[in-house]
Amino acid sequence: MMSLIIGLGVILVLFILYLIFRIGRLVGLVKGTKEKEHAGNDIHGFLFLLFCIVGLAVFAWYSYAHFDRYVLPVASEHGAITDHLFWITMAITVVAFGLISVVMFWFTYKYSYDENRKATFFPDSHKLEIIWTVIPAIVLALLIFRGLRAWNDITSPASEQAEVVELIGQQFAWTARYPGVKDKQLGDINYKLIDAVNEFGLDLTDKNTYDDFKALELHLPKGKEVHLMIRAKDVLHSVFLPHFRVKMDAVPGMYTNFKFTPTKSTEDMRAELGDPNFNYEMACTEICGKGHFSMRFLVVVEEPEAYEKWKAAQETWLKQNPDYLAKVPSALREVAMIKSGIPVESEAATAATAQTVSISN
Amino acid sequence: MATVDIHTQADVHHHDDHDHEHHHGNFWTNYIFCQDHKVIAKQFLITGMFWALIGGTMSVLFRLQLGFPEASIEWLRPVLGGWITPEGKLDTEFYLALVTMHGTIMVFFVLTAGLSGTFSNFLIPLQVGARDMASGFMNMLSYWFFFLSSVIMFVSIFISTGPASGGWTIYPPLSALPQAMSGSGLGMTLWLVSMALFIVSSLLGGINYITTVINMRTKGMSFSRLPLTVWAFFFTAIIGVLSFPVLFAAALLLIFDRSFGTSFYLSDIYINGEALPNQGGSPVLFQHLFWFLGHPEVYIVILPSLGITSEIIATNSRKPIFGYKAMVGSILFITILSFVVWAHHMFVTGMNPFLGSIFTLLTLIIAVPSAVKIFNYVTTLWKGNIIFTPAMLFSIGLVSFFLSGGITGIFLGNSAVDIQLHDTYFVVAHFHLVMGSASFFGMLAGVYHWFPKMFGRMMDDRLGKIHFWITFIGVYLVFFPMHYIGIAGFPRRYYSWTNFELFNSFADLNMLVSTAAILTLSAQFIFLFNFFYSIFRGKVAPANPWKSNSLEWTTPRHPGHGNWPGEIPTVYRWPYDYSKPGAKDDYIPQTVPYSETPESNLPHENDLIKLEMEDSGAIVVEDKKH
Repeated sequence: MMSLIIGLGVILVLFILYLIFRIGRLVGLVKGTKEKEHAGNDIHGFLFLLFCIVGLAVFAWYSYAHFDRYVLPVASEHGAITDHLFWITMAITVVAFGLISVVMFWFTYKYSYDENRKATFFPDSHKLEIIWTVIPAIVLALLIFRGLRAWNDITSPASEQAEVVELIGQQFAWTARYPGVKDKQLGDINYKLIDAVNEFGLDLTDKNTYDDFKALELHLPKGKEVHLMIRAKDVLHSVFLPHFRVKMDAVPGMYTNFKFTPTKSTEDMRAELGDPNFNYEMACTEICGKGHFSMRFLVVVEEPEAYEKWKAAQETWLKQNPDYLAKVPSALREVAMIKSGIPVESEAATAATAQTVSISN
Repeated sequence: MATVDIHTQADVHHHDDHDHEHHHGNFWTNYIFCQDHKVIAKQFLITGMFWALIGGTMSVLFRLQLGFPEASIEWLRPVLGGWITPEGKLDTEFYLALVTMHGTIMVFFVLTAGLSGTFSNFLIPLQVGARDMASGFMNMLSYWFFFLSSVIMFVSIFISTGPASGGWTIYPPLSALPQAMSGSGLGMTLWLVSMALFIVSSLLGGINYITTVINMRTKGMSFSRLPLTVWAFFFTAIIGVLSFPVLFAAALLLIFDRSFGTSFYLSDIYINGEALPNQGGSPVLFQHLFWFLGHPEVYIVILPSLGITSEIIATNSRKPIFGYKAMVGSILFITILSFVVWAHHMFVTGMNPFLGSIFTLLTLIIAVPSAVKIFNYVTTLWKGNIIFTPAMLFSIGLVSFFLSGGITGIFLGNSAVDIQLHDTYFVVAHFHLVMGSASFFGMLAGVYHWFPKMFGRMMDDRLGKIHFWITFIGVYLVFFPMHYIGIAGFPRRYYSWTNFELFNSFADLNMLVSTAAILTLSAQFIFLFNFFYSIFRGKVAPANPWKSNSLEWTTPRHPGHGNWPGEIPTVYRWPYDYSKPGAKDDYIPQTVPYSETPESNLPHENDLIKLEMEDSGAIVVEDKKH
């Protein structure tokens, strides 16, 4: 009933508007007085100028007053460089935007129709054309030059000493795999070995897998180069670390890479922002399905010592899932147990051995 | 008009076989399966308006979710049914479906078919002086393929698994695997079928536009006398013909991957507890193929609008467009460059970083011709005598959007800066201003400007101006705040922000954006009313309501099939002789010979008088050659 009344009300309002429109037109016809040509034309030139001034003023005010709300503090080495480039570009473009806007809307105001004036016949000027081809070209060349230098540094291969972390995207969660503290090498993987437990698809015939460990938070050392090796299990995802100015797609079937150096630990950032609850976060920026908006991954940046301690304290994946010892070739089983930190005489190990024995029988 | 008559009489024998025009044929051949370019243009326009309304409404639906995440939209259940969750919220997957369909509809169905389809069809023959398109039949097919494509896309909205939902860029594997999201099932199949038909339509149209411009210009209409609209449509069609087949290939390979077990785009996928057998493909390959069309596509969308704007700004400033040759040159340059910048959409997709360097370089070069166009528009306004018709208002609005959206391209085209901004709201703001709103404004400007030619009546001036101001301010309120949200890192295509501490702000700006979006959409109903009302009840249009120079205004109020009842007028000058010093009027139509305007001729134009004389003597000889 209510919606019916609202509906009727809307129709009534529309009808009244229509009547006003009709009456306006009819009155105009009846009056018959030929209105001056282009009457009321000036108002639009004035409105354009007003719009320009008010618009630029609001733009300036909001950009200044809310600066801290929309600008994220930067916490990586290359981020400082790209931010610098961002703000240089911003300065140039805002000046150009402001100037052109003011000039254009000033013209619309200044040169609005006047029957006593004739427009100036001014079809071309090579000088002007050359000036405003060359000036933008030079400015852009400078930006390109700076941009490419930054880009080449950012995308150059990571150093051998970099901390390697593997990030895996899937619908709709992230996981991280660390190469472990013993061999510092990520073990081989094969997507066909993935199952409910072996979510990385670890290939346990490779010795390097034994000390790899899984993390549900991304821990990073402050001041040390980090090499992210990124992949996806199902569809495209994208690693986005806003404070570190890091973004790279996760692609099924290939590794993508991003290297960077965090410059502020979580604690540093908490102090800087005066927010004791602050945490770094990682998000997904490539549409990946209905849970795209919920792929949050917590990021913790620590001092290098704390980071090493944290790493040493993590249980290896194999230790968490000792059943998979059965998939380790028997010749490597002892290495596997030592590297993964499984006590050699533990029950699980014997059970696994027994299992293999029974399988081989 | 005197001149036209003179030449009509000069060679009456030139009447060709197009005299069978008016009102022969029945309703079906006149209005439905019609081969007249003007009717086909109107068909494209009406279909485009229908799609614009749907696409716009969809954007308001998902803006409701983003601006008012707490509000219940239970009241939409009668329309959306099961897509509203029991809690009265928009379904998360349907949110993505809306985003996807909004993009697809706006980019392809409104701003490609609705814009090029309408104005290339309507204006090319009228402005180059042709009786119709090179092939009226192909032109008709072009519309009906588009119609079929529209029907299929429309149907896909209503199926139970939902329409395609993987973003308008349909990146696989998401779009290839029905198990990844429900929209990638039948919805995606229909999307691909619909787009395949759309491409056929676009190619049929494009080939026609190119052929007509090259071959069917009237006597005297050299390329250097073409209005900038025709130049823009011409290059747009070339871009379309060269790039759409690549999308077709991309779509075809995706169809193979989806249905026939090939692995062009798929590799090493483990989904829903199952490792798929596909190996060796690359999702990045699809992105290359997609953007090889996708980037030229944004120029397909914006160039016609820039052409329309050039014409309208010159006419209503009562001044020649500044730097005609530079304008043509910049369109040509943009056309060429548009094919070699595509990978700037892919800086962080895992593509080789060296490619990123190359594409940064090429991308920022394209900013130069774009800047030249803006400077030329502004200079055209300088010392003009500006008449603010609704078309002129929308054209100035376009220049403003093209400027504010264009400069943010300088950020995004620079790969190092793009790392942070890629796939954030900064990108959303950028392309909605520079190609979305700007092209849309060009389209509206075109409708206001050529409505009198299309329907023989005028649209209501006052309503048009009200429509402009609400829309202009509305669009800025929608897209300007998105820059801030984007700099703050908010990613695109997010249903809600509450999962992240980082993104748990800007509720105020998002609410402002959504409110402005609702306002802007509402204002379009003023336009719709004005449009349909004026078709039947508008003031009768004079022959040349804007005192414009170009050829279409020499046709009768209701041009029949064949456009000019007698001889096609001959063209003697470029279309921008506005406010020429010495001339008695502030415009000289293209059909007026230099010999009739000795008072205003420039020195080199006086030399052309002799040529004019020779030409009129040589008509018969030339005719024999044909």
